[in-house]
Amino acid sequence: MHNSNDKRTCGDALGEPSLIAVTGLAKDYRVYDKPEGLLASVTGLFHRTSRLVEALKGVSLTVGRGEFVALLGPNGAGKTTFLKLLSGIITPTRGTAKVLGHVPWERADDFRRRFALVMGQRNQLWWDLPAAESFRLHKEIYRIDTPRFERTRDELVDLLGVRPLLLQPVRELSLGERMKLELVAALLHEPEVLFLDEPTIGLDVVAQHTLHTFLSHVQAERQMTVVLTTHYMKDVAALCERVVVITHGDILYDGSLGDIVDRFTTHKIVTLDLDDTPSHERMAGFGFPYEIRGPQVILRIDRARIADVLPDILRSQSVRDVSVEDVPLEEIVAELFRSGESPATARFAEALP
Amino acid sequence: MTNPATGARPGSVALRSKVPTEAAVDTRPPHRSCSGRFAVGHGLRTWWTMLAICLEERLVYRGDFALGTLMRFLPIVTQLFLWTAVFNATNRTDIAGYSRNDMVAYYLLTMVTRAFSSMPGLAGGISRSVRDGSVKKYLVQPVDYVSYLLAARIAHKLVYYVVAILPFAVVFFVFRSYFPPLPAAATVLAFTASLALSFLLGFFMEATLGMLGFWFLEVSSIVFAYMLVQYLLSGHMFPLDMLNGIASGIPGISVGNLVGWLPFEYTAYFPAAIWLGKIRGNDLVRKLAIEAAWTIAMAILCRIVWHRGTRRYSAFGG
Repeated sequence: MHNSNDKRTCGDALGEPSLIAVTGLAKDYRVYDKPEGLLASVTGLFHRTSRLVEALKGVSLTVGRGEFVALLGPNGAGKTTFLKLLSGIITPTRGTAKVLGHVPWERADDFRRRFALVMGQRNQLWWDLPAAESFRLHKEIYRIDTPRFERTRDELVDLLGVRPLLLQPVRELSLGERMKLELVAALLHEPEVLFLDEPTIGLDVVAQHTLHTFLSHVQAERQMTVVLTTHYMKDVAALCERVVVITHGDILYDGSLGDIVDRFTTHKIVTLDLDDTPSHERMAGFGFPYEIRGPQVILRIDRARIADVLPDILRSQSVRDVSVEDVPLEEIVAELFRSGESPATARFAEALP
Repeated sequence: MTNPATGARPGSVALRSKVPTEAAVDTRPPHRSCSGRFAVGHGLRTWWTMLAICLEERLVYRGDFALGTLMRFLPIVTQLFLWTAVFNATNRTDIAGYSRNDMVAYYLLTMVTRAFSSMPGLAGGISRSVRDGSVKKYLVQPVDYVSYLLAARIAHKLVYYVVAILPFAVVFFVFRSYFPPLPAAATVLAFTASLALSFLLGFFMEATLGMLGFWFLEVSSIVFAYMLVQYLLSGHMFPLDMLNGIASGIPGISVGNLVGWLPFEYTAYFPAAIWLGKIRGNDLVRKLAIEAAWTIAMAILCRIVWHRGTRRYSAFGG
């Protein structure tokens, strides 16, 4: 009876410095090339050419309790492979990982009761039944006692405002509604670690916002550790303090979102509304003119020079309106992704910890 | 504190105090700690809930069953015509110990046994879940896939019986004069046991086939080959007693004897033959034991294949 409890306490007593500890984790896939054409397909029956794809090339990482980490990277960078390894769906080619003190791919029940994985479009909910039924099943398989189950369910359902949907067959719900109920299902057993694979994909702005508010609230309240992959910078800005950028199976950057902006924003975007249409040359004197459309001008100006240049502009031009913005996060990250592909990687690698 | 064991490990106490946040957060009631003593009871309850939910899900599709059940009786009509023609042409009153009435009763009884042992969509469903990745759910959640499949299949069958009992009753009522008088209680009991086992045997054989999906993308041709062998050797096509007269080449052993050692006949022929009184006494006990042994063997094989398959899936796919 006290057995598993003791183990837990013991794990905590040993310090458990990080809930997730990953060292040199690598995963190779063998892919078979299928040449084009019928004849080639026939020969392919007897001889297949294969090559090894390194989905992950030895990643090391630690995540502490209560951290909210975003995994960013272009498609095929290895983000999902990483999440699959951490949730024990796949075994690595090399390297080790411990999540909550367990090796994930041993798939111990004690481990599986303490984490959850939500993969965008894959449903844990029963398609033809109301979500309430799936929740009831989760109550049993995760062994949640009744008062606790009811309390958690009511809390989550009210936070997301999905109570009216509980008794409707899941197949009749919209994508956003389904995603909300998926999250409730995943959080019913109060996992200590939550993995989210592109949770906001395909959702409208309102639904995205609801999920952001919900996730940050629940995460803060429970001190839950969350690792999320996404392509939307809005998710990152709203939720994550720590950002890990993966490209080509390697960690390219690991640090705070603010640091990324600091390090990689070399320029500011200045938008001017002038009285007349200026010449290209006149504007080029201040910075790089992105766009001159009539009296409206968009300039890219070196961040270090902005304090000098801006007064110059205001003094020398008749300015109706002005705004100064950071380069959009999307562009910074896109630049970061691209840098992983080109020889310029070295440039960043030196600059990075 | 007077506990000497606690005093002997000051280190762990000190370390624990280093992580006050975790201790503070972890005020959960011991709902995780009941895993030990109540594991079995809890496993049963989980399984029961699974069954209940599968039942609800199947009931969504109950209309589907009604038509399917009626359709299943169609092939048997051709069998009845065929055997009527055979009996008329040969002018014999019995073939391999079966009169014309026995033959009709036999086919109708195999319909009953097939209603227990056939597993439509099981193998295909498993291999599809591997192909489209939905099997991942059972790797991530603390739930046993084979138990879940069994619950789902029992639910499937229960709903089917509720719907199918009426057409079955009508057909059996119409053909009631073809059946021998009701057998003794012991025979009915053996028949029931053989049916229950045939359900489990059929389930584990097809589940195992479906799990080959971990190695082959598509198992439908394997399933088709299995169905053919099954049709021939289960007694679904003709009463297997007819093979008893055929020498196998091994002295003293007929083809029928050999087939009797295979699992297939237990999914159609065997229960029907029990009801018709074709198998009695020691033979009956021996065959029930063989059926039970095959069921256990297949259950174990199914586990092994699941284990190996998920290991392979983890290593190569996902």
